[in-house]
Amino acid sequence: MEEHSKQQGDARSKGENEHAGSFVTYTAGLVFAVLLTGASFVVSQTGLLWAPGVPAGLAVLAIAQMGVHLVFFLHIGTGPDHTNTVLALAFGILIVTLVVSGSLWIMANLNANMMAPSELMRMQR
Amino acid sequence: MLGKLSWAAIPFDQPIPMAASVLVCVGMLSVLGLVTWKGWWSYLWREWLTSVDHKRIGVMYVLLALVMLLRGFVDAIMMRTQLAIAAGAAQGYLPPEHYDQIFSAHGTIMIFFVAMPFMVGLMNFVVPLQLGVRDVAFPVLNAVSFWLTAAGALLVNASLVVGEFARTGWLAYPPLSELQFSPGVGVDYYLWALQISGIGTLLAGINLVTTLLKLRAPGMGYMRMPVFCWTALASNLLIVAAFPILTATFAMLLLDRYVGMHFFTNDGGGNAMMFVNLIWAWGHPEVYILILPAFGIFSEVIATFSGKALFGYRSMVMATMAICVLSFTVWLHHFFTMGAGANVNAIFGIMSMIIAVPTGVKVFNWLFTLYRGRIRFEVPLLWALGFMITFVIGGLTGVLLAVPPVDFVVHNSAFLVAHFHNVIIGGVLFGGMAGFYYWFPKAFGFTLDRRLGAISFWCWLIGFYLAFMPLYAVGLLGMTRRMQHYADVTWQPYLIVAEAGAIVILCGIVATIAQIVVSIRTRERRRDRTGDPWNGRTLEWSTASPPPAYNFAVLPRVESLDAFWAMKQRGPIVPAQRYDPIEVPANSPNGFVTAFFAVVTGFALIWHIWWMAILGLACAALTLLGFGWIERVEHEVSGEKLADAERARLRTMEPA
Repeated sequence: MEEHSKQQGDARSKGENEHAGSFVTYTAGLVFAVLLTGASFVVSQTGLLWAPGVPAGLAVLAIAQMGVHLVFFLHIGTGPDHTNTVLALAFGILIVTLVVSGSLWIMANLNANMMAPSELMRMQR
Repeated sequence: MLGKLSWAAIPFDQPIPMAASVLVCVGMLSVLGLVTWKGWWSYLWREWLTSVDHKRIGVMYVLLALVMLLRGFVDAIMMRTQLAIAAGAAQGYLPPEHYDQIFSAHGTIMIFFVAMPFMVGLMNFVVPLQLGVRDVAFPVLNAVSFWLTAAGALLVNASLVVGEFARTGWLAYPPLSELQFSPGVGVDYYLWALQISGIGTLLAGINLVTTLLKLRAPGMGYMRMPVFCWTALASNLLIVAAFPILTATFAMLLLDRYVGMHFFTNDGGGNAMMFVNLIWAWGHPEVYILILPAFGIFSEVIATFSGKALFGYRSMVMATMAICVLSFTVWLHHFFTMGAGANVNAIFGIMSMIIAVPTGVKVFNWLFTLYRGRIRFEVPLLWALGFMITFVIGGLTGVLLAVPPVDFVVHNSAFLVAHFHNVIIGGVLFGGMAGFYYWFPKAFGFTLDRRLGAISFWCWLIGFYLAFMPLYAVGLLGMTRRMQHYADVTWQPYLIVAEAGAIVILCGIVATIAQIVVSIRTRERRRDRTGDPWNGRTLEWSTASPPPAYNFAVLPRVESLDAFWAMKQRGPIVPAQRYDPIEVPANSPNGFVTAFFAVVTGFALIWHIWWMAILGLACAALTLLGFGWIERVEHEVSGEKLADAERARLRTMEPA
């Protein structure tokens, strides 16, 4: 890898390694991640949250978990030399949104228009 | 001890598969025997099997693609022959269950083990050279990617000899591919082969995206990258975004089959339509993963052989990136007839027509590049011109299929089969061939015979039209796809013409093989000493043919688009004043050994040999991690050595 950092020409990609985390940031990330994981178990196993709100609570914790991973382990920041990582993240979010929302829409539509496959099989018997 | 594996797995009772198996085994043994007899093992191991050089890996990818093309083509001509004779009372020579395996294997092989390695191989070879850098971002990972793809190909071919292949079509839709309806090992061969090669493809995608974003020659900003690099970037972004969907979908089907889950089954709350939805959420971007690099190749080829800069570089870049995003918004058009309502079908139909717009922009850019250019009808340009006409026809039938009411009439018919062969052969394969002929002199240092190349092109072009235009017609007459036999004898004349087309394509393949053999024999007088046989425009032509392991003795300084063309305009190229030592990555058996254990694991999982699966997986993981731990992975090329090599090269370039 050293060879590559030497031959770097593009100014934007210079010095990005300096942002790769230190021991402190990795430890902080680990602590946050463990806390959030623990919290999801607590939420799901105890009556701490109002029962119908548990899925929403888990979703919030999961999104926070993603945020922790992105910031502490994948080093996504807001600095000017983070153009690549931020663009990559934006692309990822765009694609996931398209695929997830598209699939939900399509499957809901199919569900409304078609008989469930198990019922269809029962009719054929 | 051996799970489901027994002697019954080898098809002794079926003459055609048995003959094919024997032929394949004899062929492989004779190649291995020849290598042993000639004592080439140590050379092969040192220079190829353990190589982490992106050029060698690219060449091996393309070789894999061409070998698998032969296998896929044998399947194709068997199907065409069956359909040319199996009309009315005649049943043909292939029983239905064998015919089903053949069309499944044909589709799987042509997409995953021909088109994919062809494109990935060309990108691997060309992108670092065009960017003016010394290798991809992760050279050892690159070798791992290639060997995992090869492992998948090996498993697909093993199914020919041991057991059977899927009879479910190239995408293995459930519920047919579920255990209830496909209890044999065929679907398992399909799934594990594609899981293993899919991981390889994903790793290759990550590698090339990183290379394109992080490693470029000094001065090469994004808007100075050659168009092929842009299309490679878009294609690899799509690989990174789409292949995880494929892996996850197949993983769910595997869980259904192996541990009795109910993701896609009919009972237990499963829903097979979810599989169709997810597989096409991968499948449509996959189409663009294949065609975008081909667009890039045509852009390079047309600009070079017109002697002009590409018309509309910026619009080309914009069109490429627009396709990259839009390709994730059209996947439902593969299952308009599955039962979604009119609003869903309408939106996806409209999106499918919109995505044709940037493609149209590209076609006009190529036309305007050719316009008033100094055109040289070399073999790569022939493929590019053949592509422009053929692909537009295929694109137009695609726009027809994007209209939901039309799709209701012709879906699952031979019309559809003709359409996607029209875009995949006329687009991807022609692109691959154009790239193969364009960069062959760069890869091997000698040019290919021009006359045989032209013969090959014309055979492919004429053969293509003969083979697939009748299928459009017979599809409109009502012939559905995946039929082993048909009662309506009026279709037979069309299918006999299609068979003739397949035979003409066979002539094209034979001409290509003859061309390569003839050119290798006469290579001494075909040597390309300049490194620039086509009067090229981009940086790969500024180094020797074949390029040294380090690609460039001194990294080129890029000051404009078409960097090498600009350098040539400024006057003759002189040796540099000073050569700094270069660190070149050392060989690593990591990829080969990991892939070996991946094959063992895959084979064991297919046959339910659990102890072997665990052992294989553990060994693969240990190999991958163990080699990753090694610190010293580079060796140095000294400055003096570089200076000598460069001076020698510049001397040979001088006109005699």
